Amino acid sequence: MYHIYCPHCAEYREEEEFHAAGQAHLPRPLDPDSCTDEEWGTYLFFRKNPRGIHHELWVHAAGCRKFFNMTRDTQTYEIKEVYKIGEKPSIVAES
Amino acid sequence: MTQKNRLQNGGRIDRSQSLTFSYNGKEYQGFKGDTLASAMLANGIDLVGRSFKYSRPRGIVAAGAEEPNAVLQLGATEATQVPNVRATQQELFNGLVSASTNGWPSVETDIMGMVGKLGGNLMPPGFYYKTFMFPQSLWENYETMIRKAAGLGRSPKKNDPDSYDHINHHCDVLIVGAGPAGLAAALTAARSGARVMIADEQNEFGGCLLSTKETLDGKPAAEWVASVVAELSAFENVILLPRSTVNGYHDHNFVTIHERCTDHLADIAPALQARQRMHKVRAKWVVLATGAHDRPLVYGNNDVPGCMVASAVSTYINRYGVVPGNELVLMTTNDYGYQAALDWHEAGRRVAAIVDTRTAANGSRAQAARAKGINIILGSAVIEVQGGKRVTGVSIAPISQDGNKVTGAIKALSADTVASTGGWSPVIHLSCHTGSRPIWNDEIVGFLPGKTLQKQLTAGGINGQYELAAALSEGFAAGQKALSELGLPAVELVLPKAKVAVQDAPMSLFHIPHIKPTSQAPKQFVDYQNDVTAAGIELACREGFESIEHVKRYTAMGFGTDQGKLGNINGMAVAAKILNKTIPETGTTIFRPNYTPITFGAVAGRHRGELFDPKRYSAMHQWHIKRGAKFEDVGQWKRPWYFPQGAESMQDALNRECLAVRNSVGILDASTLGKIDIQGKDAREFLGRVYTNAWAKLAVGKCRYGLMCGEDGMVFDDGVTACLGDQHFLMTTTTGGAARVLEWLEIYHQTEWPELEVYFNTVTDHWSTLTVTGPNSRKLLSELVDYDITNENFPYMDWKQITVAGVPARVFRISFTGELSFEINVQANYGMHVWEKLFEVGAKYSLTPYGTETMHILRAEKGFIIAGQDTDGSVHPHDLGMSWCVAAKKPFSFIGKRGMARQDCMREDRKQLVGLKTKDPKQVIPEGAQGVFDRTAQIPMPMVGHVTSSYWSENLGHSIAMGFVKGGLSKMGESVFYPLADGSVIEAEICSPIFLDPKGERQNV
Amino acid sequence: MQHYSGFGLLKHSFSHHENWQRTWRNPTPKKKYDVIIIGGGGHGLATAYYLAKEHGITNVAVIEKGYLGGGNTARNTTIVRSNYLWDEAAHLYEHAMKLWEGLSQDLNYNVMFSQRGVLNLGHTLQDMRDIERRVNANRLNGIDGEVLDPQQIKEIVPHMDCSQNTRYPVMGASWQPRGGVARHDAVAWGFARGADSYGVDLIQQTEVTDLIIEDGTITGVKTNRYGDIMADRVGSVVAGNSSVIAKMAGFELPLESHPLQALVSEPIKPILDTVVMSNHVHGYVSQSDKGDLVIGAGIDGYNGYGQRGSYQTIEHTVQAIVELFPIFSRVRMNRQWGGIVDTCPDACPIISKTPVKNLFFNCGWGTGGFKATPGSGNVFAASLAKGEMHPMAEPFSMFRFHNGALIDEHGAAGVAH
Repeated sequence: MYHIYCPHCAEYREEEEFHAAGQAHLPRPLDPDSCTDEEWGTYLFFRKNPRGIHHELWVHAAGCRKFFNMTRDTQTYEIKEVYKIGEKPSIVAES
Repeated sequence: MTQKNRLQNGGRIDRSQSLTFSYNGKEYQGFKGDTLASAMLANGIDLVGRSFKYSRPRGIVAAGAEEPNAVLQLGATEATQVPNVRATQQELFNGLVSASTNGWPSVETDIMGMVGKLGGNLMPPGFYYKTFMFPQSLWENYETMIRKAAGLGRSPKKNDPDSYDHINHHCDVLIVGAGPAGLAAALTAARSGARVMIADEQNEFGGCLLSTKETLDGKPAAEWVASVVAELSAFENVILLPRSTVNGYHDHNFVTIHERCTDHLADIAPALQARQRMHKVRAKWVVLATGAHDRPLVYGNNDVPGCMVASAVSTYINRYGVVPGNELVLMTTNDYGYQAALDWHEAGRRVAAIVDTRTAANGSRAQAARAKGINIILGSAVIEVQGGKRVTGVSIAPISQDGNKVTGAIKALSADTVASTGGWSPVIHLSCHTGSRPIWNDEIVGFLPGKTLQKQLTAGGINGQYELAAALSEGFAAGQKALSELGLPAVELVLPKAKVAVQDAPMSLFHIPHIKPTSQAPKQFVDYQNDVTAAGIELACREGFESIEHVKRYTAMGFGTDQGKLGNINGMAVAAKILNKTIPETGTTIFRPNYTPITFGAVAGRHRGELFDPKRYSAMHQWHIKRGAKFEDVGQWKRPWYFPQGAESMQDALNRECLAVRNSVGILDASTLGKIDIQGKDAREFLGRVYTNAWAKLAVGKCRYGLMCGEDGMVFDDGVTACLGDQHFLMTTTTGGAARVLEWLEIYHQTEWPELEVYFNTVTDHWSTLTVTGPNSRKLLSELVDYDITNENFPYMDWKQITVAGVPARVFRISFTGELSFEINVQANYGMHVWEKLFEVGAKYSLTPYGTETMHILRAEKGFIIAGQDTDGSVHPHDLGMSWCVAAKKPFSFIGKRGMARQDCMREDRKQLVGLKTKDPKQVIPEGAQGVFDRTAQIPMPMVGHVTSSYWSENLGHSIAMGFVKGGLSKMGESVFYPLADGSVIEAEICSPIFLDPKGERQNV
Repeated sequence: MQHYSGFGLLKHSFSHHENWQRTWRNPTPKKKYDVIIIGGGGHGLATAYYLAKEHGITNVAVIEKGYLGGGNTARNTTIVRSNYLWDEAAHLYEHAMKLWEGLSQDLNYNVMFSQRGVLNLGHTLQDMRDIERRVNANRLNGIDGEVLDPQQIKEIVPHMDCSQNTRYPVMGASWQPRGGVARHDAVAWGFARGADSYGVDLIQQTEVTDLIIEDGTITGVKTNRYGDIMADRVGSVVAGNSSVIAKMAGFELPLESHPLQALVSEPIKPILDTVVMSNHVHGYVSQSDKGDLVIGAGIDGYNGYGQRGSYQTIEHTVQAIVELFPIFSRVRMNRQWGGIVDTCPDACPIISKTPVKNLFFNCGWGTGGFKATPGSGNVFAASLAKGEMHPMAEPFSMFRFHNGALIDEHGAAGVAH
């Protein structure tokens, strides 16, 4: 069970208060109507799903109800950092 | 009544408290402080079970968590049965009832044992993959036999009378294991003021010090233990948990501890006490001071009762005052093993020989043995033992120093006990739980904990530090390290002095050679519980199962309830030898939770029955109960399903409720609908983005129905939203969808459109919602309001803030029944008051309460959908015939718009929701029936869609249904056929789903 | 191939089982193959077996980074059923079911397929509507199944609490008698032995580190132990690691890899003869031939390649099992573990061509892969053999996520996604 620092509450809380909400930094296309089916399908469904460093969205569902981003290693389950929506990660995977 | 193996003196048992227990129906005596195993050994019980494959007699091998054989059924009553209890870990209590688990008709005279003897050779590992295939039809008979033979104990067949607790902790340092290292670590951390927890699986702290004759500062080690425990107990910042097994070590230093609170008292917990408790601990630092297990050697017939691991012999003598035999042969590869023979000798029984596989032994313990005149045979091994239900003698032979072959003549010795040790195996299990791989160390001939990402320290035996002095100083160092990491002050601790023994290097030996090849030698067991032999492992390797994981899976090694604590490393060594690899090349062994098995009830805790999931009730729930309502589970809510009167059938009740609404007035408790309060200057814009229809022009005081889709265009929720103020809305959602919708709104606001100023809050529980519906609803309500609620003053789809029954209320003129309706929302704590007032004045209109089923029928008469019943995540609004609810021209590309325009969503032959009228008006199509166009088609029949909602409509006098039909919206008047399970076929005509009042006049009066 | 039988066991017992042949060779790979299959789990090995057996393509290598059948094949709860809702999925899983029914004999390896029946419980009115819908669809698709009431359930599972006293009383169930369980390891080993006997090279402990792609066409793979190995066609069957292989090929997949946990009790005498699954209370349980209660947990919500999940998931599952079977409260949980499941947005697999020519993917089985093993291998082998997707695989193209033709089987699995 993860121990997660909520950047909004500024406290560590148990994973039971949170849940993951998928890959972070997936902006909704500004003009969906001009997207092709392929582009829209890609936005909807296709994911990086990396083994290793991953940026994902979490929500403090049973807490402040706020979303935030997390950089986490999907192999070791190490949480490298949490950061607010709109901020950029300071740790990224080597490409 | 004699405890023939009990010593006159010594041990940590209380001889003044004699306890009676039974084993296989016979009564015996033991003492307080005994384990079931020590009491059995004291009474000379050799046989504790039969092995599951070969049905060989088995005895107690070890003294702790690593015991593979003494796995018994416990329990005096049916409800208190516990299968597979390790006798070595079960404290004795008065009245304990135990039984062996295998053997028929009894463990003493077992017929399967004969089969094992005769057929054993037919059952090499994996034999079941190679046979039982012909004929195919007989497999189930074979399987029934296999199943009966397998399994150990049995489940109780009555419900558990006990309860179980959970408790959460946060601590600075959690110490696992209260042996010398753990106690030193705990004392260090405690003195600095850290919040310390220390857990140990045994009934008292001390670990190996409970079983030793070693001294600290010249006094018995137990005195030091007592003084440390006393000091720790006095600290307020320390929690001591004996009888508590740390069973799992999870990510981010989350640790679970299984405490057995009452299992030492009786097989049912005393009144008001929990039988067991799970401690869930988030520790800043964890110190693993878990010690080591003695590893037995693998030799011929090493499973005959009387064969034990060496350290267990010492434990039984020193801790329990029990000598488990008369004549001992000890086989060892290392100096530590000598201790068992020394203890045996001191207990006054005969040591026939110490057989040391090394060619020289000059360490302190060897010298001590020599000084006592014990016969030491060097460079040799016990290659096999004789005996059936008890060891009667051994064959000893010189072996080569690579350990691979017998090099000289066999010598026979008589003995009834064989103790063996191949060295210690550090108890690294917990360190592996989070994915860390252990590392082989040649020096200690064992695995050490690998690198970890956890905030974990290790001390003592787990690090291969087996000398007492080293364990103590490692414990102290681990405590100091934790303190410095925590930023707490270092402390002084004067460690007691232990004698330092001179050690010779151990020999790396696991599998004792025999004069015959392994495949022909007497069985040499590696994993007792699963009957895995060295020959079996060699065979697996020969057959190509070369990865240690394959070996384990093919032979079942390590899959028992002991999880290979004794056998895994030996098995790897056997495999390595035949594959001509080193042990680390063969692979490592990975341990997963649990360290030892834990009770399901303890894992579940109180979260069962009533507390399995919270129940949610509306404020009028007690009224519903009094009125005899039947309830339906919707999400966590208990909703009235229908209100039968007297002996009324469900259908009769529904008919009555439906007629009452259409002809006079009914009332529904709609409080469970999700309600979300939405405010902010951009609230209106936001609604326009998340709903498919238009919201820009909804005036204050008005309500509107909305459909909500995912980005894929598929409908996932719906409801009415009211405009409370220009920047203030109240959204309703489905009962089950409330939480999901709120999160949906939040995620879009927080991640996509943070520039919009809008705030959401759930107010579901703040309001009671009372839906008064039917032609007489206005008459009824007007008696209780302070406001003119005529159609002119309070038209359809408006809402008003008025007073109802003296209580401030938001009343919505919206209708899910198609009748004149008022949804009265009052503060939840007024709900019952208003409800009862309505019934007071409603009597003259025969105000009728109705439940969800009538609600479903009434809305279906009107063709209204229920999200989740008439939708399933694969239908968009156009599929539902609800294009009217999609404002394609809205300037913002609302959620779902692009999705529903994808190629597959534009197909004309999609399944579309239509009304269905059965040819025989009395027939009601079962919900879930699958439709076909061609009733004569062969299976697999091309299906065209299923029935989502179907009812008898008493109002209309015929059945009504809604369902999906391929291209249905353009097939009005055509037939669909529903072939049912009983072979009958119902024919229905595709029609509009609006069966009643298509113009909507009734609701608009 | 050496034939296995009871007589063979007897014969070998006289020579102390010293003369059994290897189950498969341990070959050094050739420079080039007609087909390389990445991933030596059940699906990959089945693919190799059927390629050789049904299509005569034997110049095939299976490249496995660990040991054969060591991924989800080794970690699943072994449930086999075919009672899927939508036609496309139902046909695929039923195809697998038919292969299961003769698999031990076909492979001459006892995979212990035990058709002891599968119950999917319903606890709410909507559960029961969904069950009716699915069972009706199954029936018209030629798949066995019926809807049972609590009394009938009680006869099949006498020890389950079918009373009204539970938080979510059992209202009914779907029942597929042909469903059941199989011995998971044996499935991998049986297919491996079969494939090997046709000459397929099973290359273990060898990781594919990159793909060799020229002008949009795959020509081989790079490995950590044997360098480049060339192939005309490559099939990736690596379950939870599919996105990693896809990344090498330069595209993304509509997949997320999640931990899926399972646990077993200590072995106990036979007490449960069927598979019991409950979507609503989130748990499923069967009893293995060895006597363990085999219990599947829900998937953890985060992406994870660690082959372990979070404790609260296990806790909730055990609560569900104790709620369904209060008598198991005193039975003890022995071991827990996790696999990596590649979940697809519509809970259906991807069996598909890819943007890279001659590179095919078989993945996305999520929590439902084991039961499909023979069927998956069979249709994937046909697709690899012909270079065109087998008709049964056609609907499972990865490109359905572009045009929207999803096959939404959520709710078909025993646990919520």
